[in-house]
Amino acid sequence: MTAAPSYDVAAPPSRRRAVVRGFAGRAGLLGVLTLALVVALVLGAGHGQLSIAPAEVLGSFFHRIGLDWGPMPTHPRGDDTLWQVRFPRVALAALAGASLATAGALMQGVFGNPLAEPGVVGVSSGAAVAAASVIVFDVDFAGTWTIAICAFIGGLVTTMLVYVMSRDGGRTEVVTLVLTGIALNAMTSAALAFLMFLGDQQAREEIVFWTLGSLNGSRWEYVGVVAPLAGVGIAAALLLSRQLDLLSLGDRAARHVGVDVERLRLGTIVVVAVLTAAAVSFCGIIAFVGLVVPHLIRMVAGPGHRLLVPASALGGAVLLVVADLWARTAIAYADLPIGMLTSLVGGPFFFWLLRRARRTSGGWA
Amino acid sequence: MSLVAHDVGVTLGGACILDGVDLAVGEGEVVALVGPNGAGKSTLLAVLSGDIEPAHGTVTLDDVPLAEHSARALARRRAVLLQHQGLAFGFRVEDVVRMGRSPWHRTDREDDDDRVVADSLARADVAGLAQRHFPTLSGGEQGRTSFARVLAQETPIVLLDEPTAALDIRHQEALLSVARDAARDGASVVVVLHDLSLAAAYADRVCVLSRGRVRADGAPTVVLTSELLSEVYEHPVDVIEHAGSLVVVPVRQEAPCMRA
Repeated sequence: MTAAPSYDVAAPPSRRRAVVRGFAGRAGLLGVLTLALVVALVLGAGHGQLSIAPAEVLGSFFHRIGLDWGPMPTHPRGDDTLWQVRFPRVALAALAGASLATAGALMQGVFGNPLAEPGVVGVSSGAAVAAASVIVFDVDFAGTWTIAICAFIGGLVTTMLVYVMSRDGGRTEVVTLVLTGIALNAMTSAALAFLMFLGDQQAREEIVFWTLGSLNGSRWEYVGVVAPLAGVGIAAALLLSRQLDLLSLGDRAARHVGVDVERLRLGTIVVVAVLTAAAVSFCGIIAFVGLVVPHLIRMVAGPGHRLLVPASALGGAVLLVVADLWARTAIAYADLPIGMLTSLVGGPFFFWLLRRARRTSGGWA
Repeated sequence: MSLVAHDVGVTLGGACILDGVDLAVGEGEVVALVGPNGAGKSTLLAVLSGDIEPAHGTVTLDDVPLAEHSARALARRRAVLLQHQGLAFGFRVEDVVRMGRSPWHRTDREDDDDRVVADSLARADVAGLAQRHFPTLSGGEQGRTSFARVLAQETPIVLLDEPTAALDIRHQEALLSVARDAARDGASVVVVLHDLSLAAAYADRVCVLSRGRVRADGAPTVVLTSELLSEVYEHPVDVIEHAGSLVVVPVRQEAPCMRA
């Protein structure tokens, strides 16, 4: 163009520096989050009724994997406490947090809407209904996996429902999405209430534990089910991330740059259901993690999904390990439900996001 | 002829939008689609880009029906600029333009990405905005950014739906000059325009649509006549020659500001 500012076409040094800076920033953010996760895991494993020093936590871990590093716990029951109670618990917290945050980032990408989240739109409670049915009707066809499989199916059905009901003319409006969430949450609470009515005393208690969300009673057996689900889900999310960037152009424009939109959507919904099932199967409903974490990451690192997805996974893990630590230690000898805590913090955050979305788009649309 | 629509009919919600439309776009030519509101211009462009499957007739690209090309293969052959650009998240202008390179991901042409993106930013005159966030731009700037993304796709077929609508005079002329240059280098360009004088100045062929049918198709000097335009637009229109090009102006009974 005639009056265009001069622009060095052959990749100027500033551009190259920007690329290098981009890589450094990417590695830096992921590095910081990994470090934070390690610190959170060690502190989380050390704190509780029996306090174990961080060095002893690391020592116990290294000794178990065959390395003669660091001191062993001095308390006679320290090592057992770590390996039977604490480690499975922090591992489950980290996996559930990573799954929920990744599921949130994916849902926001696929709906093109920063307010989509498995808890808010009712996907988590859909998965919870399926899992509660397993408890009440005593279904067992795959051992420990039964609950996870049913939660996956419940999550998949609800995600599909949300998708079909809240989309109109190729876009999802905030109002429609939130109202769809209200409707779905109303239906799932009714279903949960009915299941509680049907169930016996023990089933009722289990369902209540579920809806509040808790990591109490975590076992290695559970970690063995959740870890592969979370691993597969997060790996698939990383593969989808490049195309999710393009989807933010809108359905038509994304198709014009070569995205098979329907296939991408369907694939993403299945991955969201896998991740939600991973989190919900043994930890119950823990809302707002998928909303808060990707949002904070976007503020720091921008909206590109190739960094957003792995950073959200790490950030979600950190958040839930810390939140669980707080849930266990805030009140002495009490184990607060973690879902209650995340909602307590996430609710106001959601409200703030709603206000902001309303301001920036000049209305509720 | 690479992109050919034959006897295309489209019905939306019971209303007949296009009926028996034939249009063939050859290499190295700029074809302007003009016509009154609701004539079917955007629908025809959507049919050509593969967004709408016609109820009747066929659209072929290199003699193969459009629907039989994969999304990725199509994206390497044609780029589309839509009338309205939206972006769900706050990407930077440079990132948006780089999205146009995605059809070439994992091919040899990926090596050109940086050069092509820089080049496209400059050609659409948005190089100075490269680090701005897309949602903070004005409508015209967003339009030019999307045009840069279309250029970055480096396709032999370029479809533009009212690309000049939100642009000032300088950028209208600049954008259509870039489209012209692309055609000179062998690209096929189809552009929906409302400004008939712009169509006369930049198009090799003008296709006039009216009520879903092709009313006329040919060189601007042949098609853009006072009689035809007055009839199609249902308003008296004058076509005058000014400095070697046609200028199309509506006839006004008296200057509107002089009315008592």
